[in-house]
Amino acid sequence: MTPPLAWYLGLSAVLFAIGVLGVVVRRNVIVIFMAIELMLNAVNLTFVALARSLGSIDGQVIVFFVTTVAAAEAAVGLAIILSMFRNRETTNADELATLKW
Amino acid sequence: MSPLIFLLLAALTVASALTVVVHKNPVHSACALVLTLCLLAVFFVGLDAQLVALLQVIVYAGAIVVLFLFVIMLLNLQVETRAMAGALLVGSAAAGGVALAALIFAALGRTVAPAAAVPAGFGETAALARQLFTAYLLPFELTSVLLLVAIVGAVALARKPT
Repeated sequence: MTPPLAWYLGLSAVLFAIGVLGVVVRRNVIVIFMAIELMLNAVNLTFVALARSLGSIDGQVIVFFVTTVAAAEAAVGLAIILSMFRNRETTNADELATLKW
Repeated sequence: MSPLIFLLLAALTVASALTVVVHKNPVHSACALVLTLCLLAVFFVGLDAQLVALLQVIVYAGAIVVLFLFVIMLLNLQVETRAMAGALLVGSAAAGGVALAALIFAALGRTVAPAAAVPAGFGETAALARQLFTAYLLPFELTSVLLLVAIVGAVALARKPT
């Protein structure tokens, strides 16, 4: 007996909510970034679970693309954090508020 | 995967995901992220997605988190003294998070699951590659352009201004 689809969807909903929580609550830009990765992975789990239950491989192909986009996003985002740190000597999101109204 | 093992692994996954968000030391957060990603890979294997599970471990836990750790070490981040936002924001964010999880689950939980029969070789490299190089050929090629742009962008951003 395998766990029903709803269990996987519930787990991915919880993981996504934890990711949102991290983005809202944490002040360190790098940890906010990790929380975003967490959200991407929660969506990946949904894709894979639905691909299995629909018997279609398309969901897994989408996960492949999500992983690629996540890699590109991590590379560019961490480069931005690096140059931000070089200019401002901080990774605290509260102190990086120049663009805030 | 038996339901008991599922519940055990799900509890572990949620606990390590919470560690990522809650822990004050960014290095420990990154290590907890590795654990979360590897546990998700176990779920993928249980869902007949062997190749995706391998990619998850190699690309995500291997490459991306190492990039995170590299930047954390490079910036020499210490344990944060004020890692969290104010108590009011934390409390309302936790309540909002629970509400969001309930909302997503309420929306997805009604999904009709026909539980289709899985064809032989489902989730193996051959099946995935066939789909990737036929139906998804254009997005696949565009992905390589995206990666090129990301490489150039990362180098341009991280380079010391001369």
